Amino acid sequence: MSAAEMIGIFIETLIVVSILMLHVSYVVYFERKVIGHMQCRMGPMRVGWHGLLQPIADAIKLFFKEDIIPSQADKPIFYVAPLIGVLAALGSVAVIPMWEGFSIANLNIGILYILALSSVGSYAVILGGWASNSKYSFLGGLRSAAQVISYEIAMGLSLVGVMLMSGSANLSDIVHAQAGHWFIFTQPVAFFVFVIAIFAETNRVPFDMPEAETELVAGYATEYSGIRFGLFFMAEYAGMFVMSAFAVTCFLGGWSGPAFLPGFVWFILKVYAFIFLYFWIRATLPRYRYDQLMGLGWKLFIPLALANVVFTALMKIL
Amino acid sequence: MDLPITITLMDIRAIVPELTLICVGLIIMLLDLVVKKKDLVALAGIAGTVLALFGTYKLYGVTDTQFVFSNMFVLDGYANFFKVIFYINLILTICISIKYMEIEKSSFGEYYALLLFATSGMMIMASAADLIVLYLGLELMALSTYILTGLMRKQPRSNEAAIKYFFLGAFSSAFLLYGISLTYGMTGTTNIKEIAFAISTLGIADNPIMYLGLIFMIVAFSFKVALAPFHMWAPDVYEGAPTSITAFMSVGPKAAGFAVMGRILMGAFGDMQAQWVTVLIPLAVLTMATGSIIALSQTNIKRMLAYSSIAHAGYILLGIIAGTPEGLTASVNYLMIYTFMNIGAFAIVIMLRSKGFQGENLDDYKGLAKSHPVAAALMLIFMFSLAGIPPTAGFIGKFYVFMELIGSGYTPLAIIAIIFSAISAFFYLRIVVYMYMKDAEQEIVLTQSPTMNIALAVTSVMVLVLGIFPSFLLYFVRYSIMGY
Amino acid sequence: MTLQQIYFGYFATMMTIISLLVVSRKNPVHSVLWMLVLFVHMAGLYLFLNAEFLAAVQIIVYAGAIMVLFLFVIMLLNLRKEEKEFRLQKQWPVSAVTAVLFLVVLVSILGKITVLPELGEYSIDMINAQGSLMTIGNVLYTKYLLPFEIASVLLLVAIVGAVVLAKKRIE
Repeated sequence: MSAAEMIGIFIETLIVVSILMLHVSYVVYFERKVIGHMQCRMGPMRVGWHGLLQPIADAIKLFFKEDIIPSQADKPIFYVAPLIGVLAALGSVAVIPMWEGFSIANLNIGILYILALSSVGSYAVILGGWASNSKYSFLGGLRSAAQVISYEIAMGLSLVGVMLMSGSANLSDIVHAQAGHWFIFTQPVAFFVFVIAIFAETNRVPFDMPEAETELVAGYATEYSGIRFGLFFMAEYAGMFVMSAFAVTCFLGGWSGPAFLPGFVWFILKVYAFIFLYFWIRATLPRYRYDQLMGLGWKLFIPLALANVVFTALMKIL
Repeated sequence: MDLPITITLMDIRAIVPELTLICVGLIIMLLDLVVKKKDLVALAGIAGTVLALFGTYKLYGVTDTQFVFSNMFVLDGYANFFKVIFYINLILTICISIKYMEIEKSSFGEYYALLLFATSGMMIMASAADLIVLYLGLELMALSTYILTGLMRKQPRSNEAAIKYFFLGAFSSAFLLYGISLTYGMTGTTNIKEIAFAISTLGIADNPIMYLGLIFMIVAFSFKVALAPFHMWAPDVYEGAPTSITAFMSVGPKAAGFAVMGRILMGAFGDMQAQWVTVLIPLAVLTMATGSIIALSQTNIKRMLAYSSIAHAGYILLGIIAGTPEGLTASVNYLMIYTFMNIGAFAIVIMLRSKGFQGENLDDYKGLAKSHPVAAALMLIFMFSLAGIPPTAGFIGKFYVFMELIGSGYTPLAIIAIIFSAISAFFYLRIVVYMYMKDAEQEIVLTQSPTMNIALAVTSVMVLVLGIFPSFLLYFVRYSIMGY
Repeated sequence: MTLQQIYFGYFATMMTIISLLVVSRKNPVHSVLWMLVLFVHMAGLYLFLNAEFLAAVQIIVYAGAIMVLFLFVIMLLNLRKEEKEFRLQKQWPVSAVTAVLFLVVLVSILGKITVLPELGEYSIDMINAQGSLMTIGNVLYTKYLLPFEIASVLLLVAIVGAVVLAKKRIE
């Protein structure tokens, strides 16, 4: 690989990451607006036209807030934890194909790569919770650990169906394999399991036990403040963005769509539609109880996903 | 893209006995859900074993040595004979454990399923023609026995035994894998036949890396068959495990360990015989010494039998040291005899266990001849056999091993073995003395059950018959190993 | 020095240093974290060997599942007391001597490594042409079918064992 190519990739990465960051901050705005309107409120209105500058104001505020570290905290881990979260979330973007022929790294093991990074991302929550040396944080961290392990299995198994259908773990190939019909139609069970698993994986309502404010104040992030809290926040929304993009790629045909709009636009539209689903559910459903969540994962979704794998494989042979 | 399908019906046929055992194990676990009486589950286990035995019988002699599953699995007389040992071990173990596990309040269906899985692991080990298959079979066997050891969850010593066994077993697996990887690195293959071929064509028999890999593998197998100085786990584990499991693992894993030892050392490292013999001789001497001498000071019969089984491992090793097919025959012959006499002895130990009474101290055997003459007489037979006193089978086993050892020119080693054998007679006969010449300190109630009686009858008759007519078994073993 | 050598040198050195850190940390959670870093380096080494599938699986299985379980258990045990105690057992001199002897043996055989006259059929070019996922799949389901299936029974036994030993029995 020549130096020019390397610099090219570097610049590419920089552009994608900065665009992603912008999106992430506006996803927060989007959420507040959507939920506001669902609850017959206006959402943020003060900063800029209809509150459009609100995310930037928030970011500036978080930057200049005092960075408090509890005296009994395990400092190195306390520092590192939010960074792991952000890195894992951003790293996943590298393999997602955004339009025909474009992804920063077109890996043959794209699916596995995202699964690997998402499991690394769970360390951020666990370690952040542990290093804070606070009961609320600790409980949040433990819950997250158990939840992520349980649902990762279901998520991986539901993707096996997709891999079987497309015969590849390369995300671009998977999009191409959906040229006829999207996998949401041929793999409805897998899609169902996958969507629920990514809700658990990203700690979103109705599975937001690790940061359940009514029980645990703010869960693993209780002791964090200032920019470190901001990083956790960013990791969560970036994770949501990445998982939505992942779902779109694997089940909703990725960038493909009628030709009157370019592929990239279709891709973004689908991702936002999926993110809207996140908000919609958040505004609608109450939180699950923790033991019910675990029971559901192990007793329903894993067997369901397994059955789907067996069924798909049988269909493939016959 | 089209996959090259390399599996034929012949391949499946070769693993029918293993498949049978695993399937019956699964069925037993399902049966356990609906059947309340665990005797039925146990009988299903025995039936499955008989079915597998029938499968092995059908495969016996019909085919010559046959490699299946891309040369991963070998079907020959050697493997089949070991499988017969495993079946006998399994059936006898199930027979002696039905009543016992009820008394221990640990009569679960999984118990029998795990016994079957462990046995299928041993069978895979005996038939392994590739180090990867060998390792997986070994782990299947080991994992099942770890669980079985810790099955009496309420008893701290059972838990302790399971943990010790697990840690040391995992440690020995690490050694095995290290040895396999070194061998693979040097020869470029994990197939046993190809390793032998590579050693001779590449001329790496003198290479220290091969030597190190060989030693690591021997260390791992020594852990499994409890050769000193890798026997540390055995007494604690044998004492803590449920007695029926102690009987099971004092025979099964040991036989499986020797099966792979014979196959690996003679099959893969045949060209390095000079090297491995120099490793094995000190191991054998140390093992016989440790087993025979430390057993003298034991007061718990399970611990005593543990040391006794360590000593026996030493004798069996002697046949492999002889390094000839006849030596191997003698070892395998010994293993078969050992199966009967050792399980017989443990069956008596189990009979002494009744509700609220452990019956594991040597003192509990005092005066047994007066209160229970038949049990005492049977114990006498097994103790004589373990000590190697004619006309029992134990004598025949030792006799052939020592003969082959002398025939191969290891006379001093044979003399050492005979000396230790004489020492070991002391602690076996002490039990006989306790039973016949001491007065009882307390009333002993024997726990009897039909299956237990059958097991005792079979083992005692076999010990006597094989002792008086040894040629039948020996012929059988020779015929099996012939092609090897 | 070629790029490959630098790359390998980095990973080999770092893995050695990190392994030492894993065993020498007083706080078990720190040990687990260093172990995590070690696994990431291991995955890097797999990538270096063109085994991308193994690299991903290394992270998913070891970092994503096994180490999380370790962390979970360590956190539940709350080992704060252990941190302050002297961590070596009484017999550590014996262990140290054994370890050093082992090291000497391993170092002394380093020079004896011989390179095989011919390599196997799976060259890097072939694997790259086919993709490592495809190659592993093909080999696993044809040549290594039997070990693969035995491994499945092995895992079943492990599950059964966990349930048998840990489940509450109604008596």
